[in-house]
Amino acid sequence: MSSIHAKDPTGPLENRWEKHLFNLSLIAPQNRKKHKVIVIGTGLAGASLCATLGEAGYQVSSFCFQDSPRRAHSIAAQGGINSTKNYQNDGDSVWRLFYDTIKGGDFRARESNVYRLAQLSGNIIDQAVAQGVPFAREYSGYLANRSFGGTQVSRTFYARGQTGQQLLLGAYQAHSRQLENDNVTHQSRSEMLELIMVDDQARGVVVRDLVSGEVSAHTADCVVLCTGGYSNVFYLSTNAKGCNTSATWRAYKQGAYFANPSFTQIHPTCVPPTVENQSKLTLMSESLRNDGRIWAPKNSADCTKNPADIKEEDRDYFLERMYPAFANLAPRDVASRAVKLICDKGLGVGSKIHGKRLGVYLDFSAIIEKLGLDAVAEKYGNLFDMYSSITGENPYQTPMKIYPAPHYTMGGLWVDYNLMTTVEGLFAGGEANFSDHGANRLGASALMQGLADGYFILPKTVANYLAQNTLTEVDDAHPQVVQSLKAVKERIQKLMNAPQPKYSPEHFHQKLGGILWEACGMSREADRLKQAIVEIAELETQFWQNIKVTGIDNDLNQTLERAGRVVDFIELGKLMCQDALMREESCGAHARVEYLTEDGEAKRDDNEFSFVGAWEFMSEQPKLHKEQLNYEFIEPTVRNYK
Amino acid sequence: MNFTLHIWRQKNINIAGDFVTYKIDDIDEDTSFLEMLDQLNEQLIANDEDCIVFDYDCREGICGACSLVINGYPHGDKKATTTCQLYMRDYKHQTELWVEPFRAKSFPVIKDLTVDRSSFDNIIQSGGYISVHTGAAPDANTVLVDKPSADEAFNSATCIGCGACVAVCPNASATLYVAAKITHLSLLPQGKIEEKARAQKMLNQMQSEGFGSCSNHRHCERVCPKGITVSNISKMNQILAWS
Ligand SMILES: Cc1cc2nc3c(=O)[nH]c(=O)nc-3n(C[C@H](O)[C@H](O)[C@H](O)COP(=O)(O)OP(=O)(O)OC[C@H]3O[C@@H](n4cnc5c(N)ncnc54)[C@H](O)[C@@H]3O)c2cc1C
Ligand code: FES
Repeated sequence: MSSIHAKDPTGPLENRWEKHLFNLSLIAPQNRKKHKVIVIGTGLAGASLCATLGEAGYQVSSFCFQDSPRRAHSIAAQGGINSTKNYQNDGDSVWRLFYDTIKGGDFRARESNVYRLAQLSGNIIDQAVAQGVPFAREYSGYLANRSFGGTQVSRTFYARGQTGQQLLLGAYQAHSRQLENDNVTHQSRSEMLELIMVDDQARGVVVRDLVSGEVSAHTADCVVLCTGGYSNVFYLSTNAKGCNTSATWRAYKQGAYFANPSFTQIHPTCVPPTVENQSKLTLMSESLRNDGRIWAPKNSADCTKNPADIKEEDRDYFLERMYPAFANLAPRDVASRAVKLICDKGLGVGSKIHGKRLGVYLDFSAIIEKLGLDAVAEKYGNLFDMYSSITGENPYQTPMKIYPAPHYTMGGLWVDYNLMTTVEGLFAGGEANFSDHGANRLGASALMQGLADGYFILPKTVANYLAQNTLTEVDDAHPQVVQSLKAVKERIQKLMNAPQPKYSPEHFHQKLGGILWEACGMSREADRLKQAIVEIAELETQFWQNIKVTGIDNDLNQTLERAGRVVDFIELGKLMCQDALMREESCGAHARVEYLTEDGEAKRDDNEFSFVGAWEFMSEQPKLHKEQLNYEFIEPTVRNYK
Repeated sequence: MNFTLHIWRQKNINIAGDFVTYKIDDIDEDTSFLEMLDQLNEQLIANDEDCIVFDYDCREGICGACSLVINGYPHGDKKATTTCQLYMRDYKHQTELWVEPFRAKSFPVIKDLTVDRSSFDNIIQSGGYISVHTGAAPDANTVLVDKPSADEAFNSATCIGCGACVAVCPNASATLYVAAKITHLSLLPQGKIEEKARAQKMLNQMQSEGFGSCSNHRHCERVCPKGITVSNISKMNQILAWS
């Protein structure tokens, strides 16, 4: 086991980023157009990066797999975005957001990075407002805020329940503005399938045109992956169907370390599955927990009753009971485990899926009585509409039902303070990197991180890399380029022509999801993880034996796309289990059953596990590297939400 | 539930397409419309056939990727919903379903039910933004926006760019789409300055992409999954009239 270092600056925390910025090399405006950067992914992180780099004058080529950058998964973020503006004068500050993020991440994130994130958070809101993002406002015309996901200050900016949509459209429009200028180009319906390495540096990508099926190489001075998270490894998640790990997984296989893959967040407030062949789960924004009360029947006999017929004294408001200080706003992992516990005890409500009722009530009757229907509709109208269109039930009249679902992945490509991976010239931003959320992410902090990376950090650190490296020209005839193209084509042929084609990609994906949800979901245990590793290895063998892709490869073929993504998920799933097994402690969202207190609180082990686990790909077994975490400014405390 | 599906199959833009009839049985009423198509595709894979291609991503009505014309209606006949938000319980009484792509000259069919909507991106690129540099914006609260304008701007900004308005329009016009963006940005002080030039550029681009112009049929607002109204078009016309 070796150690790795973030190369973050030293000295007072407040000055680190500024000092670092001063030390980064610059490129004169007239020289910028000589440098080419490839950006994969145009969600919040990627689109904001393209806009900023394009405006600075660099040549930028971006790619996304949807039919337009405006459809990236960021569009679905509902609740809001954090910022330390302290407009509400309720005691918020850069320090407090920094502290909350480190603590929320259960002391598994890097102090320098998180402090920088909090510092940049103010400017993000300025930027978004200048672009015309229509955030919610007070009658005075000033920006409105709300408290979100367990924080005791109101630092969240929001645009009704569609904050991600509005922020993404802002970034998309800024990106579009640059596309009018010749330096920036973009290709939609294109999927990156390989990273091109030349002399140990990332110098390009192989991309498949999803319409024609044509595979082509694109070279540049460096590559940035802003390809989002991998919650879909669980098959059912709140992520958009297309979200995948393929870009980050190809990078891993080319030498970029993958950090904390088992740190995945399960969100407590999702619409429960109602049919066995459900294709995805829908999140109901956590902001609902500000005003809704969560309960389940005390007696299993009541589980099939109409909730209105269950007497007040027969209702168990279990979060209020178990965690009186935070009650319904208990952190996501704590709330999710409590919900699962209730359902596992047979006190769940709703449809039976594989023999269990997977749901508890989220009840708005008290707040409707207090504020009136209109006020509640103003705040949550579109979420209530969404719920009723999915379930056919009216949440103004009958309580919603919720159940936890995989939602966000804190793990991702390991990056240093410059957001560069362990591969020279390969950067990662947004949910694709592991950077700032430790073992658990606070609500409304992912949008903030993606935009901090894209608007403010990567443009500076990428420029520094370009300034410091003299790179030789790489053209399409370069042996590495030719080799990478060939490898991609061979892999496609392998997917198209399994020895005994039998099962669709969905079949394998559902199997993988089932294994991971039980072994590497909300609670984990050594024996179960070991067994899962064996099962996933078998699944991988079966996949290559039996994968069935119909149609042809030189065509728009969604079955082929899915097959390629699923097999990358299978490999990642194995690494997640290995990581969860290695980490013999509970921290944040990682709950190892062996390391929980009697009432289910995480037992963190700072002596042994205060590190980032970064995995290096090896053909036999992945190799673990540790980035030791040193807390100079905040003393790790035991998280206690009682 | 059992359904008879007539689905538009077309190899590509150069080869004429046609409806192909499929049967699908034992569908749970809580299955979504797209999950029903997923199940049909699983059947096709089992029969060694090429799957039906259709666009989707979020499956929760916000990304604008899904399309489809179902029994003559873009996104089905249910009000204010996208195709991905339809459930088979909505089709209890229509067990024979005709499923086609959005049809418009500026949305050429790529394959089966998938169309090319990059013309929408081109319209935004022509001017659908505020020309602000990144990195140096003033403090957000230095520009105040009265709440009614902010709320109205938000309503216009909720357009998901799906193209249903074009698909339903006899002129295949994108006026509602263009007007929603113009209205969103014009209602905010920071977007007001460029409003005339923006409106002109976007409308010119709309024309050169081959979209028709508006002749007040108002079908667009009926099918818009986000309830964007034709008042956006009046607003746009005012902006243009002042120029
Ligand atoms: C339902 C939901 C609600 C959420 N709500 C909130 C919230 O209220 N507040 C908050 O802070 N966070 C929220 N989050 C989290 C947040 O939305 C995401 O973490 C964030 O938007 C990720 O942004 P991104 O730019 O990193 O990636 P994405 O937006 O996922 O973009 C990924 C991009 O990469 C492209 N891509 C991926 N793979 C490839 C490939 N192989 N080749 C080419 N292109 C590729 C895609 O096309 C896309 O353009 C929510 C998440 C979900 C699921
Ligand atoms: S799939 Fe996103 S709106 Fe329908």
